[in-house]
Amino acid sequence: MISMLLAAEFAWWQTTAFKLVMAIVAVLIPAGTTVYLYLFKMVSFMQSRLGPMEAGPYGSMQLLAELGKNLQKEDIFPLKADRAVFALAPYVVLMSTFLLAVVIPFGPDAAFTNIDVGVYLALAVSSVSVIGILMAGWASASKYSLLGGLRAAGQLIAYELPLILAVVGVVIQAGTLNLQGIIAAQNQQEIFGWGAIGNPYILTQFVGFMIFMIAVQAELTQVPFDMPIAESELVSGYMTEYSGFRFLMFFIGEFATANIFAFLASVLFLGGWSVPPFVTDLLGIAWDSNWMNFIGPLVMLTKMLLLTFIIYWVRFTYPRFREDQLQKFAWKFLIPLSLLNIFATGVLKVVF
Amino acid sequence: MTAISDRRQLAYIAAQAADARVNVELEAEGMTLNIGPQHPATHGTLRIVARLDGEQVIEADPVMGYMHRGYEKLAEVRTYPQVTTLINRIDWLGSFANEVPFILAAEQLMDIEAPPRARHIRTILFELARIANVTLFLGDMGVQLGAVTPIFYAFRDREHILNQIESATGGRFHPNFDRIGGVKDDLPAGWLAETKQSLGEIRKFCDQMEDLILGNEIFQARTRGIGVIPADVGLSYGLSGANIRSSGVDWDLRRDGAHPGLAYNDVEWRVWTHPDGDSFARYWVRLQEVRESCLIVEQLLDSMPSGPIMAKVPRIIKVPEGEAYVETENPLGVMGYYVVSQGGLEPFRVKIRSASFSNMSISPWLLKGTYVPDVITILASLYFILGDIDR
Repeated sequence: MISMLLAAEFAWWQTTAFKLVMAIVAVLIPAGTTVYLYLFKMVSFMQSRLGPMEAGPYGSMQLLAELGKNLQKEDIFPLKADRAVFALAPYVVLMSTFLLAVVIPFGPDAAFTNIDVGVYLALAVSSVSVIGILMAGWASASKYSLLGGLRAAGQLIAYELPLILAVVGVVIQAGTLNLQGIIAAQNQQEIFGWGAIGNPYILTQFVGFMIFMIAVQAELTQVPFDMPIAESELVSGYMTEYSGFRFLMFFIGEFATANIFAFLASVLFLGGWSVPPFVTDLLGIAWDSNWMNFIGPLVMLTKMLLLTFIIYWVRFTYPRFREDQLQKFAWKFLIPLSLLNIFATGVLKVVF
Repeated sequence: MTAISDRRQLAYIAAQAADARVNVELEAEGMTLNIGPQHPATHGTLRIVARLDGEQVIEADPVMGYMHRGYEKLAEVRTYPQVTTLINRIDWLGSFANEVPFILAAEQLMDIEAPPRARHIRTILFELARIANVTLFLGDMGVQLGAVTPIFYAFRDREHILNQIESATGGRFHPNFDRIGGVKDDLPAGWLAETKQSLGEIRKFCDQMEDLILGNEIFQARTRGIGVIPADVGLSYGLSGANIRSSGVDWDLRRDGAHPGLAYNDVEWRVWTHPDGDSFARYWVRLQEVRESCLIVEQLLDSMPSGPIMAKVPRIIKVPEGEAYVETENPLGVMGYYVVSQGGLEPFRVKIRSASFSNMSISPWLLKGTYVPDVITILASLYFILGDIDR
């Protein structure tokens, strides 16, 4: 029956509607999962406290409780706020998250779009959130928000560069900007003639992977790069004046973006939805067989959870930098290192 | 109809006025940032009015008094034993330590000497209060720097000490246990061994903090060379406690002050100093002090003498005419009580010299030219408690 379903031809509106629903699922379900699993539970155990216990068995309904709490809160506009911009800002931030999700492939055919410059689009769209944060910081008419917004702008622009430069190494090695192509390259390439696990670029592009994850941490404004929010200095940075549903939008945006970046990292460095060739050989299916449309999303989810674990682990371990130290770290260390990485990758690509 | 248009007009006028205010503020030289009285980093209700140029502080002015409770005046209408209940609330994290100098001053006026066992118990509780207080600082500094986890460890391990204080005195936070001429009760059975165990937990906590915070590169980058207090400046502002010891001044009243009511002369320990005088040094010195306090308590537990816990004290305490000033090394720094008696049941005048008030007085000098994130770390490293500032 499944094969019949897969073989069937659907009308354009059917696939589009399906994709729309799936886009929301692909953003919100992982966000809820990570928030509950990591923010509520894992961190509680790390900090030797219990975490939510009361809402539902083992506190499992806490997420719904938080949702309900935020939905019924009053939607406050500060007196001096620029109302339209203030209202719009969280949506702009969330929009960049959804646009980012569009290019992520979850299986050989399970992708919202398959465009040739997927990497390019992803990195371009990820910086849209800066606009939303600046809007929020300025429109709040609060000094803390303003400081937070300006800090965010400086930080996100500085860390855009290492993020892009780290990906260039991957692109050189794969020879394509298409995300499906990058996954195929990781699955089909070999490491010095040994192809049992393909060539996941986390092994051959380890420096690039590290730079990418550090830059992602900064892009997400997570500790140690959380000066835009810095709750001990700026109360809550650009989010200070938001309440209720709009705060929830920022909250979802923050965690959904973490997931989407983890998805992107797993596509670029961990082989995406594909499983190592020796597994598919064992199962006797082609690496991009139709089955991968079902297994792929689960594989992606696993890889994403692994990477977000690292993000939250770092977040709850380290203190935060100061802005000038952060800028120095970006311009004097990460960017030269990533340029060096590109150079080395290029040379090695020609040699081998 | 008219009501609505009135409201609209009012809203319009309000918006115009708000715009004008914003414009005036933006055009003025620098921006005035009100840090507090409601702010996550002020431990209560301290307010700092900072004039900023970008993120640099041109001028910072602490505004105190939001929590003033008038203990000096209230003490004048209470008998001597009643005063300890009040002054417990000055530095609420190390409450027992607040009682000690006042009781010592009263003992000095009445010419009473506590028996050795009472002196030992008093000193042990004094040090336990110090450990409970500074332990929280060791975790809290992490929060101010953005590391959320250490504070939970601090709360968890402080509980070991609070349990011991509770089982000895009956009060977790406000023991009200010190009496003129001794202490209220003897220690419960098995307390000595249990306390030793909980000191082990605190030692483990200290090692953990050394790993988690002190050794962290980001922590060092954020604190080394930040908020440097030279020894002479610190002394001229009246800094005391770990704040001045971290500027290299070797001064600790536990060793240097002669307190007949405390048992510091019976133990071997070390006063730690640090030459740098920056935020890092203040954290480091406090960490070492917690370890030294553990050492002091352990020795006192081992050498606990037997005997009475109260000297011969009249049933109704009347303090003879005279005045006394006694200061001790409290968790936050030097705390002193100037007690004037006119021979009645109540003190005629009590002047409280609290450590945080003097420690805060350096902040305008110290915060000038720093950046907003450093303002928070410097204030955190000075370690003030609002109750101790405002009294």
